[in-house]
Amino acid sequence: MQSARKIRVLIAKPGLDSHDRGAKVVARALRDAGMEVIYTGLRQTPEQIAETALQEDVDVVGLSILSGAHKTIFPRIMELLKQKGLTDVMVFAGGIIPDEDVPELKKLGIREIFGPGTPTGSIINYVFENCPKRT
Amino acid sequence: MFAGNVRCIARAITIIENNAPDARELVTKIFPRTGKAHIIGLTGPGGAGKSTLIEKVVREYRKRGKTVGVVAVDPTSPFSGGAFLGDRIRMQELSTDSGVFIRSMASRNYPGGLARATKDAVKVLDAAGKDVVLVETVGAGQSEVEIIKVAQTVVVVHAPGLGDEIQAIKAGLMEIADVFVVNKADREDADKTVMDLQSILQLSDAEGGWKPPIMKAVALTGEGVAELVDKLDEHKRFLESDPESKMKLLKAKAEAELTEAIKEKVTDSIMENLKKEGRLDECVRRILKRETDPASAAEELLREKGLE
Repeated sequence: MQSARKIRVLIAKPGLDSHDRGAKVVARALRDAGMEVIYTGLRQTPEQIAETALQEDVDVVGLSILSGAHKTIFPRIMELLKQKGLTDVMVFAGGIIPDEDVPELKKLGIREIFGPGTPTGSIINYVFENCPKRT
Repeated sequence: MFAGNVRCIARAITIIENNAPDARELVTKIFPRTGKAHIIGLTGPGGAGKSTLIEKVVREYRKRGKTVGVVAVDPTSPFSGGAFLGDRIRMQELSTDSGVFIRSMASRNYPGGLARATKDAVKVLDAAGKDVVLVETVGAGQSEVEIIKVAQTVVVVHAPGLGDEIQAIKAGLMEIADVFVVNKADREDADKTVMDLQSILQLSDAEGGWKPPIMKAVALTGEGVAELVDKLDEHKRFLESDPESKMKLLKAKAEAELTEAIKEKVTDSIMENLKKEGRLDECVRRILKRETDPASAAEELLREKGLE
């Protein structure tokens, strides 16, 4: 009998942020919505994030960044995900990301940016609706 | 996958976890290649420092040239069905070591501290050539003993100050441990914890030739870890040196797995049938109306199917 498929999400904090309150709020919300959330803590390098996504075979990656380094770090992460063959993983981001940077990030392949104050319900719905349908 | 390709290993574990249609075939294919890895289970109460200790143990094995797989199991919420898998936080520096593969698993409400798929995930890592596979379980108390069905060596990790020491190490955990580790041994009350464990161990008789040692460690600094790994290797050699007891162990394990597989198949097929026929719903309604009780309803259903 096939088990109900669970959505596996990696919530990652690239760069040098010193707190992860927001990331943890999102992680808990996704858990309460029935997803399996892998949270890897602060100060993750792009290499660590991509390798974790690979080993954990996640469906979704949520990147949380507050330090403003998104324009430098995100391209590296997306490049590594591609290199490792993880092109079907849905990537979204959140934290402190100015609106004017959003188009550039979406061009990299990041599907959606959820800024501070986004109701967790919206994020949950987005993940449910846009999560890759794997057999 | 047999060559250790990370993507393949990861995908294989997912297939097994979701019990996808090809899961059975996958396990059958890899089974002949299993049996080489040293499978070590680590359990114990939350807060004892299992994840931190595992990180140091993995590093030690890596120093000794071994490749390592880690399966870290965390509980699934019985209400939401979701899980927060945070064991990797303590091990993240190891993510980029190509000789280490770490996988987080949610228990998905399987009892006993493991996930149903943990056994098979371990087989995948074994077949993929890992020398050592560490399984970290949700070790909340006496009932978390499923680990003995999966591991050859069971390590119970405790720490001073986690509440009522004696309470936490009643039955279950005491009987399954091959090695005890008192972590946070730099604390003043560590020696008391060691003594408590020693006195309880003396009350039970040591079966066979292996006397479970009580080791001290400070996972944060790595103190005691090399000695622990030496002891784990020693246990492995002990298991191999005593072919009779090893055979007994292997037989018991194989029988347990077979029994479990049979139970699962039987239950699944009966349940599916009952659900389809609507008999399940009907009985549930009658139970709610207090017209029958669960045990009697179960008897009735099984008798109908000619299984009583």
